[in-house]
Amino acid sequence: MAKVLEINGPLVRLELPGAVLGEQVSVGALGLVGEVIGRDGDTALAQLYEDSAGLAPGEAAAGLGHPLSVELGPGLLGGIFDGIQRPLEAVRQVSGDRISRGIRVPSLARGRRWAFAPAPDRSAEMVINAGDILGSVQETASIAHRILVPPDVSGELLELAPAGDYEVDATIARVRSHDGSIRKLTLCQRWPVRIPRPFRRRDHAVQPLVTGQRILDTFYPLLKGGKAAIPGPFGAGKTMLQHQIARWCNAEIVIYVGCGERGNELTDILESLPKLTDPHSGRPLMERTLLIANTSNMPVVAREASVYVGITIAEYFRDQGYDVVMVADSTSRWAEALREVAGRLGQMPVEEGYPAYLGSRLAAFYERAGRVETLAGGSGSVTLIGAVSPPGGDFSEPVTSHTKEIIQTFWALSKELADARHYPAIDWLESFSGYIGQAARWWADNVDPGWAPARARALAMLSESEELRRIVNLVGVDALSSEQRWSLEAAELIKEALLQQSATDEVDSYASPAKQYLLLAGLLDIYDRGMRLVGQGVPARRLLELPVLGEARRWKTRYGDADIAGLRERVARLVEDFMPLEAEYFPAGPGEG
Amino acid sequence: MKNLEFRTAASARGGLVVMAKVPGVAAGTRVSLRDHAGRGRNGLVIRTSDDAVLVEVFEGTDDLDLERTWVRFLDEPYSLPVSRDILGRVFNGVGQPRDGRPPIVSGQRRDINGAPLNPAARAYPREFIQTGLSAVDGMNSLTRGQKLPIFSGGGLPHNRVAAQIVRQARLLGAATTEFVVVFAAFGVSSQDARYFQESFEESGALERLVMFLNLADEPVIERLLTPRAAFTAAEYLAYELDYHVLVVMTDMTAYAEALREVAVLRGDVPARKGYPGYLYSDLAEIYERAGRIRDRRGSITLIPVLSMPSDDITHPIPDLTGYITEGQIVLSRELHAQGVYPPVAVLPSLSRLMKDGIGGDFTRPDHPHVASQLFASYARALEVRGLAAIIGAEDLSESDRRYLAFAEAFEHRFVGQGEDEERDVYASLDLAWELLSMLPAGTLTRVSEDELAKYHKPAEAAR
Repeated sequence: MAKVLEINGPLVRLELPGAVLGEQVSVGALGLVGEVIGRDGDTALAQLYEDSAGLAPGEAAAGLGHPLSVELGPGLLGGIFDGIQRPLEAVRQVSGDRISRGIRVPSLARGRRWAFAPAPDRSAEMVINAGDILGSVQETASIAHRILVPPDVSGELLELAPAGDYEVDATIARVRSHDGSIRKLTLCQRWPVRIPRPFRRRDHAVQPLVTGQRILDTFYPLLKGGKAAIPGPFGAGKTMLQHQIARWCNAEIVIYVGCGERGNELTDILESLPKLTDPHSGRPLMERTLLIANTSNMPVVAREASVYVGITIAEYFRDQGYDVVMVADSTSRWAEALREVAGRLGQMPVEEGYPAYLGSRLAAFYERAGRVETLAGGSGSVTLIGAVSPPGGDFSEPVTSHTKEIIQTFWALSKELADARHYPAIDWLESFSGYIGQAARWWADNVDPGWAPARARALAMLSESEELRRIVNLVGVDALSSEQRWSLEAAELIKEALLQQSATDEVDSYASPAKQYLLLAGLLDIYDRGMRLVGQGVPARRLLELPVLGEARRWKTRYGDADIAGLRERVARLVEDFMPLEAEYFPAGPGEG
Repeated sequence: MKNLEFRTAASARGGLVVMAKVPGVAAGTRVSLRDHAGRGRNGLVIRTSDDAVLVEVFEGTDDLDLERTWVRFLDEPYSLPVSRDILGRVFNGVGQPRDGRPPIVSGQRRDINGAPLNPAARAYPREFIQTGLSAVDGMNSLTRGQKLPIFSGGGLPHNRVAAQIVRQARLLGAATTEFVVVFAAFGVSSQDARYFQESFEESGALERLVMFLNLADEPVIERLLTPRAAFTAAEYLAYELDYHVLVVMTDMTAYAEALREVAVLRGDVPARKGYPGYLYSDLAEIYERAGRIRDRRGSITLIPVLSMPSDDITHPIPDLTGYITEGQIVLSRELHAQGVYPPVAVLPSLSRLMKDGIGGDFTRPDHPHVASQLFASYARALEVRGLAAIIGAEDLSESDRRYLAFAEAFEHRFVGQGEDEERDVYASLDLAWELLSMLPAGTLTRVSEDELAKYHKPAEAAR
């Protein structure tokens, strides 16, 4: 008889002979759900996803015979789920404003029918393989949900349902496996969250993930299938930046995992996304978005599970051939959940109380990102963006430093910039991207071959301006030469006219790559023209009076993406802005160069 | 079980008692102990098996004679009796009256731990709450359902600021009766406690107030329950009686220190500065009880006060708090030394939800721009002040000298105000314009041309 032996916070010791590590358990009269994490003879150690208050030794327990797994099928998009994939809207219908313990609601709604269309090239008696596409369901106006043969099934297709309306658990196909057994396939399938879903092979990431955020796309690009981290102290605008990415990035599916973060932030997404339009498809953003919410006040063990639930769903859409972005906010809370459980297990802490396996767990998690050739032969990707919340903003702490070794793109947020109300507060010196080469090819093919050199020049100017800024702070601006003053001004111009971007301004919130490049090229042109005049003896102070410097700062809000031609025309006219000065100093005309 | 007394205490150390051979005791159960002198003590089951039950004793284990300790397990979690009559009352840290009046008679008891709010049931905080303080209302506005802490330091007047907010806080437009305050103080000196009580009594605020007090010399572990009891009262008032509730808690540092003390006794692995790894989750469990719920009329807004050890904002307590709350109001030692009250350092202060609670629908259409302009102009003014310290004020340009004067006026007249001075938000905005009028209109780029024409009056500023 299986029963509870001991309760210690979220950890319970059970008498449960034959328990399998990772197996789900149901504990006590309320049926609290948990997971076996240790085994010793006939006793098993389990961690509960729900609060254990009121549970007493002697209460019944049972193994459920399967590991933590998610239900994958139509009905995922537009939804909000908790850390173990319970649909929170449906839970609200059952248990009201608060989540009562032991509640069981199917992840995908039953009773709703989906219009299934079988794939035209499939028919009975065909041999089908794992991952093949059986048909599709138009889940939202922009997303066709492809119904896949589960990764553990292959054989002869005995029967495929005709086009029609089916519930998620209705049988739509029967398959005779190679061992002769018959498998019934439905519109949905299950997959254990801690095991990566299989694919044919890894491909190189080649396309940038366009976010419409200039400092990201132009300076520190991320590729579809890449890994990025956003570390930042509180108040640096981490959440806002992630929301901007979730809103505007050119992925087909966005999965936002609120892992141990504020409840009101998820509410903000839930209330604002349905009103916003996807700039790429023209449809409401909610139709491509899925939220996983384990807010900071929800049980900590489910927080550890939530990122795996999110990444498994991301892989499932990848396997359908989609480009998926998963944002995990915040991986620090996930790491803290690991630490908390490790502490209760009495495991030896290494750094700041974290267990020794922190680094390997983080690496294994990020490894689930990538662009792959799917089992069906298509191409799909999972891009993983993890927020990191370093205590006290100290990037040398374990989670940030381990993450930094794993990811390729690092968007470092700075408290100083945020305090100066410079948003997005991404530090252009601390950040890096390991994808510049691939991104440069894409920009050259799709926007302008001048991207890579222009980007490098702008970064060099920003870096030089830090040096000049130090001199000014020590001895005052008068100590600078005219060239230096002009360089300093040009760097300020890049910061204000390009790097700063308002998330709340309708025009500025999203900038297409074409607009980003034109702004960058235009600002560099202003710099070059000014520098030439300075080199010919025009004092920098006269250049600083040019009206174009103020006007260029407003280009980003004046020229929307519908008016790229206007911006291009404006940039082409820059020569005129310098004419009065040229006429004054060189009445005969200095000539170009 | 609740009527049985056990005398099986097997061991005791530092506030924990192990009870042997009491089968079937549930986790989180309330415990009542009777020692050899017949004195009652309270406790909580934190770990349980049939062989051993670990009990945390609030009043400590000093002077406990194991053979002569009788223990009852009450089969229930800590709970608070609730009714409309809690308004106007003063309770101790666990909800027993400390105002000399009889206990709350009510059939309704609520588990003080609450249950987590379904994120899908939340409504986003909106609508303005007026605190009567210009630095808050004008530049770091509080909205209904928000969590906005005050970060302070030892010796700074955070208690006076908190008390003033409690006395003055109101909603615009709505009748004042819809608005009530739950005030919880833990680890405070009896002098501070008396200050709060008298301050609220004199101003008449007590009628729309529920107070929970745990003094510095009262059981430390009780402090772990005080914020939970306060939120239980707040949730009852907000979601069952439809009040808009402002919860003010002071001092969260005392709470976190109590948590650390208990964690060490329990042998939990420490993370930073000896605080347990679950400090974040524990604070979130408290703070996240603030908010609004869809289709409910009431709301809970939270202002926790915490003193930053050594004024260090990266200390785990303010740091973790900042990750959970929606902004912070930071008090400045420098302003305090200059006699500015309330000494709000506006630049490091932030209200993340401000944009959704102000403007034409809630306060005044120019409010967002004025706030942004004040931030920009004051930041510029501080740069000028830094420059003046190096090269001397005489060598400043005319425009820079105006900024210097603006910084002075801003700190002393806008941020600074009387402890009994209640400025409504319109007065704060008018004052902001009066000060901004000291600066050349051309430098005010965050406000619109129309607003400049309407409000910017350089002639009056010059007088």
